[in-house]
Amino acid sequence: MGITLEGATGTWEYVIGLEVHAQIISNSKLFSGASTEFGSEPNSQVSPVDAGMPGMLPVINLACIEQAVKTGLAINGEINLTSVFDRKNYFYPDLPQGYQISQFKQPVVTGGHIDIELEDGTQKRIGVERLHVEQDAGKSLHDQDPNASYVDLNRSGVGLMEIVSDPDMRSPEEAAAYVRKLRTIVRYAETCDGNMQEGSMRVDANVSVRKAGEEFGTRCEIKNLNSVRYMQRAIEFEAMRQIDVLEAGGKIDQQTRLFDVAKNETRSMRSKEEAHDYRYFPDPDLLPLRFEQAWVDEIAAGMPELPDAKMARFMKEFGLSAYDADVLVAEQENAHFYEHVAEGRDKKLAANWVISELFGQLNKAGKTVEDSPVSAEALGELIDLITDDTISGRIAKDVFADMFESGKAAGVIVEEKGLKQVTDTGAIEAVIDEVMAREPEKLAEYRGGKDKLFGFFIGQVMKASGGKANPKAVNELLKTKLQG
Amino acid sequence: MSLDKATVARISRLARIATTEEEQERLAGELGGILAWVEQLGEVDTDGVEPMTSVVEMLLKSREDVVSDGGIADDVVRNAPKSAHGFFVVPKVVE
Repeated sequence: MGITLEGATGTWEYVIGLEVHAQIISNSKLFSGASTEFGSEPNSQVSPVDAGMPGMLPVINLACIEQAVKTGLAINGEINLTSVFDRKNYFYPDLPQGYQISQFKQPVVTGGHIDIELEDGTQKRIGVERLHVEQDAGKSLHDQDPNASYVDLNRSGVGLMEIVSDPDMRSPEEAAAYVRKLRTIVRYAETCDGNMQEGSMRVDANVSVRKAGEEFGTRCEIKNLNSVRYMQRAIEFEAMRQIDVLEAGGKIDQQTRLFDVAKNETRSMRSKEEAHDYRYFPDPDLLPLRFEQAWVDEIAAGMPELPDAKMARFMKEFGLSAYDADVLVAEQENAHFYEHVAEGRDKKLAANWVISELFGQLNKAGKTVEDSPVSAEALGELIDLITDDTISGRIAKDVFADMFESGKAAGVIVEEKGLKQVTDTGAIEAVIDEVMAREPEKLAEYRGGKDKLFGFFIGQVMKASGGKANPKAVNELLKTKLQG
Repeated sequence: MSLDKATVARISRLARIATTEEEQERLAGELGGILAWVEQLGEVDTDGVEPMTSVVEMLLKSREDVVSDGGIADDVVRNAPKSAHGFFVVPKVVE
C-alpha cells in the first residue's frame, strides 16, 4: 500500500529502491586470514592484505561465497556459476588499497524477490536486482581529535553482500518492511547477524518522487543509514525536499546525500564536480570465480526452513492468524520457543500465551526469549494446567506473572497459593446460595425480567470464590439456581 | 585517441597525483601515444572469443575459513607518518 504526498501542484508518489550492505558471517575475511570479530583493539585484526601493503595478493575465502549463495537462494535469486571480481577505485583514508574489490558486471547472484507483509495484512513482492560480494572498508573516527581523523582497519576486508532492490517501494513503511524482512531472512540463513547498531547491516536509500503514472524522476541516494527508523525519516524528508524543489520549478540533481539525525534533514555529500568515477575493471589479481551446480544444490539441500515457509506452515497446520504467525517468525529464536511450547498442545492457545503474555512481559522487562525467566517447558506446564481445568485462564495470568517474577514452576505456585480451580458442584452451589442470600433485591429484579443482572451474579460468585470457581460450572449452576 | 589537457587534469586528480599545467600538456601527448598503441589491439577480430583471464588453465585459488593472520597492530601502523593508540592518524576527513 503506497503512501502519497500532497503537494501544492497535486499528488506525488514515493519511488524507493534500497541497497543493503550485509556483513557476511565468517571467521576470517573475504581475502585474508585476519579475524572478523567485532570490537577488538584497533588494527589488531589486520593482515598485510587488508592494510593494502604492496605486493600482497588476495586469496578468496570460499566460506564467504557459500554464505552469499545461501542468501541468494533465500531471496529466490539465480546463482551464477561464474562471476567476476572488479576493482572499484576511489580515494578515502579508510580504504588502504585505493580500491574496493567488488563485483560489477558479473555478480554472483542476479534477480530474486522478497515478499513483504503490509500493515493492512496484504503482501507485496519487491524485486531484487542483484546480490554481489565485496570487501568492507575500514572505519574512520572523527571525534577523537579536533584536527585529525583516526583510522582502524579491523573492518577492512571483511566480506559484505550488497543486495540491490528494484525501485519497487512506494512508502517509507514499505522500505522499513523490506529491510526488516531481509534482516529476518539473513538471520534465518545465518549469513549475517543483522545487527544494525554494530553496522553489520547498513542501508543506502535511492529516493525519487513522481506524479502518479508518470516516468521515474531523478533520484538521490542517501548513504549509510544504520537504523530502520532513521531510514524512514530520511526518506520522508528527502521526498518532501524534492517535491519543494520541483514545485518551485527547479530540477533534482542526482546526488549522494547524508542524513543528519540531529537536524532531521538530508544534505549533499559530494558536489557534482566531485562525482565519483569508480573506473571499474576486472581485478587482475583474481581469476573468475567458478563453481559447480552440484555445490549449489548441496547448499540448497542444507538450507533451514525460511520465514515465509515457516509462516505458511504456522497458518496452515496450526491454524494461526497471519498476524500471529508473522509476529512469531520475525525472530527465529521466538519461532523455536513457540514451537517448543506448542508441541503436543493447543496451537492457538500456545500462540496467545507466547505472544500476549510472554512477549508482553519480556518487552516490559527489556528481555528476549533467550534470557526469558520462564522457559518453554515451564510455560507449557502452565498451559497444561489450564487445559486440564486445574486453574482458570484468569488465575493463570496471575500465576504467569508470579513465574516471571520468581522463576518458580506453575504447579508449585498453584499448590502454594491454593489456586486450584473449584469444579466441585456442591462447593460452587454453596457459594451461589450465599451470594443469592446476600442480594435479595438484585435477585428479585433479575427474576422480574432484568436479565442483564446475570453478569453481576457471575461476578459476585467468582469474587466470593476468590476467582477459583470453574467459570463454566458457575455459569450453568447459576442459571438454574437464579430461575429458582 | 587523443587526450586533452582537461582529461589529464581529471585523471591526475582521481589518482591524487599533482601535475602542473606544463606537465599536463606533455602528459596529454605521452598518454595519448600509449592509448594509440594499445588501441591497435582493436584491429584484431575477437568476435565470439571469450576474454582470456589467465595464460594458464587454472582455477581461482581459495582459502579455508580460519583465522591465520592479524595480531600485528604495531607492524600495521609502523609505516604510518602518524599513529596514536593503535590508530592511523590522518588529516581530518569529514563530509
